[in-house]
Amino acid sequence: MPTIEMTNPAALPADWRDILALTKPRVMSLVVFSGLCGMLVAPELPPFVLGFTAILCIALGAGACGALNQWYEADIDAKMRRTAKRPLPAGRMDRQSALHFGVGLGGFSVILMGLATNWLAAALLAASILFYVLIYTVWLKPRTAQNIVIGGAAGAFPPLIGWVAATGQVAPLPLLLFAIIFLWTPPHFWALSLFVRSDYAAAGIPMLPVVAGIEKTRRHIFFYSLAMAAAAISPWPLGLAGPIYGGCAAVLSFVFLVLAGRVFVNGARVPDQMEPEKHLFGYSVFYLFALFAVLVADRWLAW
Amino acid sequence: MVRPEDEVIRKRQRERARIMAWLLGAFVVLLFFITIAKTGINW
Repeated sequence: MPTIEMTNPAALPADWRDILALTKPRVMSLVVFSGLCGMLVAPELPPFVLGFTAILCIALGAGACGALNQWYEADIDAKMRRTAKRPLPAGRMDRQSALHFGVGLGGFSVILMGLATNWLAAALLAASILFYVLIYTVWLKPRTAQNIVIGGAAGAFPPLIGWVAATGQVAPLPLLLFAIIFLWTPPHFWALSLFVRSDYAAAGIPMLPVVAGIEKTRRHIFFYSLAMAAAAISPWPLGLAGPIYGGCAAVLSFVFLVLAGRVFVNGARVPDQMEPEKHLFGYSVFYLFALFAVLVADRWLAW
Repeated sequence: MVRPEDEVIRKRQRERARIMAWLLGAFVVLLFFITIAKTGINW
């Protein structure tokens, strides 16, 4: 393909790969997985095509959140090394197209969810999209160091939506799954924000390490990890999951706490010496995948 | 004469139109099966 110097590349029709990149496909994978697990642990399963459609809608809703987030934060993304190559800050796409795509995708996902499953699931999906875009992205993120604590609720919706799409009602187990992701989000993001702190500082985002300092963030990571571990193990003593889940959740959470403990005692101030933080961040992604997979395995083996 | 810039625009439009056609086709098939599932017809 010939390389052409365009005076304004954003004036071109956007490349489909850039439109896809707007949806943050990597983030979407965890959202889809947790939504699927929420559905698979429900006491009744919908017909395959309706279950598939519900998960598709959760994925599209997450994609809409990603697009609207990138639309709103294009200027901030341009200041951060990690995000500067995204389609909008790199100038490969115009902002209005991203806005139209995000709103259209979000509306489509909610309507399709309502038609295919039930309107409670659709309402929860709409609430999660609005919460992520308006409460987290627009309101909290640029204003408070607690952004990720409250904003974490947006990412905690998928298992609840998956369950409600299958059953039509809310129950204690999906609420616990909501709590687990809600409490997992701060240690996960704070571990990341410790070793990309300079990026957040340059962009003026008041992440906890930027505002409150590195030591306080490490303390917060450890204490949130304790609460998360308690929430993760609780379905077993509460009789909502079996011993397979209980045992695995205890082991997985113990490893999480050990890694969080290593972060707690690490005195490093430069990213190159923040191996414990990088390990915790990497493990936290595996942890959530493994925890939800074990919950589904426990449920299906019990049947 | 077609300018190289127009060629890039046409190529992108073609790619997007092709993807949109596939997505719309998939959506029609999905709607068909959703309707079958919602009406409870057993095959």
